[in-house]
Amino acid sequence: MDAKELYDRLRKIQEPKGYFFNKDMEMTMALMESLLTCKERLGYMACPCRLANGDLESDRDIICPCVYREADVAEYGACFCGLYVSREFNEDAIEKRVVPERRPPEKILF
Amino acid sequence: MSDDVKVYALSTCIHCRNAKKYLDECGIKYKCVHVDELTGDERKEIIKEVKGHNPAVSFPTIVIKDKVIVGFHKDQIDEALKE
Repeated sequence: MDAKELYDRLRKIQEPKGYFFNKDMEMTMALMESLLTCKERLGYMACPCRLANGDLESDRDIICPCVYREADVAEYGACFCGLYVSREFNEDAIEKRVVPERRPPEKILF
Repeated sequence: MSDDVKVYALSTCIHCRNAKKYLDECGIKYKCVHVDELTGDERKEIIKEVKGHNPAVSFPTIVIKDKVIVGFHKDQIDEALKE
C-alpha cells in the first residue's frame, strides 16, 4: 500500500466520524508515509509523533488514531500529530496551537 | 553553536522534521538524535536525558543553551537563539 491508498482508505472511515485530514497536504502525506514506516518497523501503525515501545500491547493507546485524539481534537481542533483535525480547524475558524502531549510518560517503557 | 543546540527527535515525526528544517533555514548547527532509532542501553540513557529536560518525553525536545523548548515553536526558538 502506498501513502495515497492509505489516505483514501482512512478518509472513508474517519470523515463520517467527524475527523478530517489536515488540509496541509504536504504534512498529511508525509504523515501517511510515516504511518507506513511505523507499520513496516513495528507491525502496526503507531503514532509517528510518539515514541513507540515496540510491542502492540503497550502501544495500544497510540495506535493511530490514538485514544487521545478525541480529547485533543475537542480542545485544540487537532490531534497531537496534527493529522486529524476538526472541520473548524480546516476552515481556519480556530486558532492553531501546538498540541501538548496528553499521553502519560509512564506509558513509555524503558 | 553545535554544542549549544540539541534536538531530540523521532525520525517519523512531522513536527520534528519541521523544527529541524527551520533550524537549517536559520543556518543553525545542531546535534540531532533520533530516539526511535536507538536500542538497548543507549535508548534508555537518552530517554532518561529527554525526561530530565521534558518530563512528558515528547518530541521534538529542543535544548538551546539552558532553554528547553517542547514542540515546534518558532518564536521560542528565535528567542532562545537571540540570547
